[in-house]
Amino acid sequence: MNSDLVLRFGAGTKIFAVSLFAIVLSLIVFGIFVAVSGVNPLDVYDLMYMGAFGSWFSWQNTLLRSAPLLLTALCTALPAQMGMVIIGGEGAFVLGGLAAAAAGLLLSDMNAPALIVQGVMVIAGMCAGGAIIASAGALRHWRGVNETISSLLLSYICIAVLNQMVEGPMRDPTSLNKPSTRALPDWAMLGNIPGMDIHVGLIFGLLFCIVAYVLMFHTTFGFAARMVGGNVRAARMAGLPVGRLVLVVTFLGGAAAGLGGMIEVAAVQGRANATIASGYGLTGILVAFLARQNPLIVIPVAILLGGIDASGGLLQRRLDMPDASVVVLQGIIFVILLASESVQGRLNIMGWLPRIKPRTSAVAAANGAD
Amino acid sequence: MDETSIGWWGVPLAIFAGAIRISTPFLFVSLGEMVTEKSGRINLGLEGTLIMGAMSGYGIAYFTGSPWLGVLVAGLVGIAFGILHAGICSLPKVNDIAVGIALMLFGTGLAFYLGKPLVQPQAPNLPSINFGWWSDLPQVQSALKINALFIIGVVLAPVFLWALGNTRWGLILRIVGDSSDAARAMGYSPLAVRLAATAFGGFMAGVGGSFLSLYYPGSWNEGLSSGQGITAVALVIFARWNPMNCLWASLLFGGASALGPALQSVGVTQGYYLFNAAPYVLTLLILVLSSSSHRHIAGAPGELSVTR
Repeated sequence: MNSDLVLRFGAGTKIFAVSLFAIVLSLIVFGIFVAVSGVNPLDVYDLMYMGAFGSWFSWQNTLLRSAPLLLTALCTALPAQMGMVIIGGEGAFVLGGLAAAAAGLLLSDMNAPALIVQGVMVIAGMCAGGAIIASAGALRHWRGVNETISSLLLSYICIAVLNQMVEGPMRDPTSLNKPSTRALPDWAMLGNIPGMDIHVGLIFGLLFCIVAYVLMFHTTFGFAARMVGGNVRAARMAGLPVGRLVLVVTFLGGAAAGLGGMIEVAAVQGRANATIASGYGLTGILVAFLARQNPLIVIPVAILLGGIDASGGLLQRRLDMPDASVVVLQGIIFVILLASESVQGRLNIMGWLPRIKPRTSAVAAANGAD
Repeated sequence: MDETSIGWWGVPLAIFAGAIRISTPFLFVSLGEMVTEKSGRINLGLEGTLIMGAMSGYGIAYFTGSPWLGVLVAGLVGIAFGILHAGICSLPKVNDIAVGIALMLFGTGLAFYLGKPLVQPQAPNLPSINFGWWSDLPQVQSALKINALFIIGVVLAPVFLWALGNTRWGLILRIVGDSSDAARAMGYSPLAVRLAATAFGGFMAGVGGSFLSLYYPGSWNEGLSSGQGITAVALVIFARWNPMNCLWASLLFGGASALGPALQSVGVTQGYYLFNAAPYVLTLLILVLSSSSHRHIAGAPGELSVTR
């Protein structure tokens, strides 16, 4: 037990060290990049820190941005436990938002109680997002269609459906410049966490991450799912219902992103329009990879990337940098992180990390199976 | 109805013209990706490469006044991105699909960052060759204005088919893609061949991107590519890694993409956005129909992670 704990802790520290190394290296590369384009990198990082974590106001902004990232990251991280690379979080997010808006408008027209309206919006958003990602999972399992490509294609289709609905059947005729659905009544909107300017969506996101972590790492269901990710054939031989596991886990991932879309509609925009497809799904993929697909580590990573997102506006206003600067930094982090993946386990970084030798025969057997 | 109006005949004509215009980037990206996948690697980052190609080609054409120089530079930028992808993938324990996603994000971000000052100015466009001189109808004339890049792509497809089957290079490429062990045993380095194949795929994607900004639609903005790069990657699977099929598939997709605008031009505006999703729906349907959970897709390179 003791050696197992040490082993886990040691592995965790190593992963953390590699990620930290990747982020620091990315900041250096991005610094050189902005220096070449004529901006002082120290100014950039100073502003980014101010915009992300410099004051309570910017902290609130950062947490607001990280709320949807927590959920869209799960859309990649949960299926990744089963060895699937899903990148359709943007589509699930958008469709979840659209379904939530439709359900919310319908029920608030019937003057249902606020809690019922919100509850049904949550369910509608989660079901819509879950269905889209589960269909990518089903296609993978029963037809052998590559889930990475199919989930991205589905994502484009979802965005087209959103555009069609807000320009057509669900359009509010008074929204001239920016076609939108009608606005939800104020009483149906999600409120703020008491004492803060942060909507309760943040709590939804944190809870979803914690529940997902417990489900995947501390239940037999999660063990079975991760076994499928490790070796499908072995899982089949063990009699696991692989198809059902794939469906449930992909549905949960999509449901997380769909809930994110619902929150965007019910707590931020107040209506569905094209702005809900603003890239939270794409950043979520990066969050999931940075967090090594671990739902619990998603939380700090989402806050970090939410901070980077939040500081983008400040960079644009103060230093007149393009709004894509943040995407460039994210891309650099992503590329360097993947490249540093191969360093992990090969180098004992700096030599100060504890060298871990497998002690028990079980660990040795597990290592031998790799 | 005035004399030049051709009513509903405009729909098939517009789809035909659209098939040729819109298919060109699909054609270039899919031919390039076909070569990359033949070597056993998949590069999903071509979406980013395409956008970088569009931006750099437009920028060079604007500053030098020569659209063809823009095409060349777009291809060179594509090579750089291909080398980046292949370089990272040749490190141990790195997943090519994940690197592709990362480069998609990086390429898109970088293109929007560097391309910000290019949104306003108008660069010179690529010239087109007029094949419609025999007709009096302006619609026919505009439909038959065909860009030289399209013709190059059409010529390249059979050349690729021949080269894959009949040249030393084609053989090496196929060996590496089907079994890297066999390739190593014969003294070829799989990593080096894949590097070359990915760099070539990047070149083609860059050129395909420059077509977007320099011919059709013919301007640079952030909404220029809506997934053509990734659709083209899926299209290679549909084309079963056969260059001629890449050509037919590209034409089919170009036609599907032209459906919405073609119907809009005759006054059918309902479902415009849904028609815009037609190429994605079509790709997905084709992927579903052509895949199977039981067996390898016929013609798939043995080392390709995407079909395993």
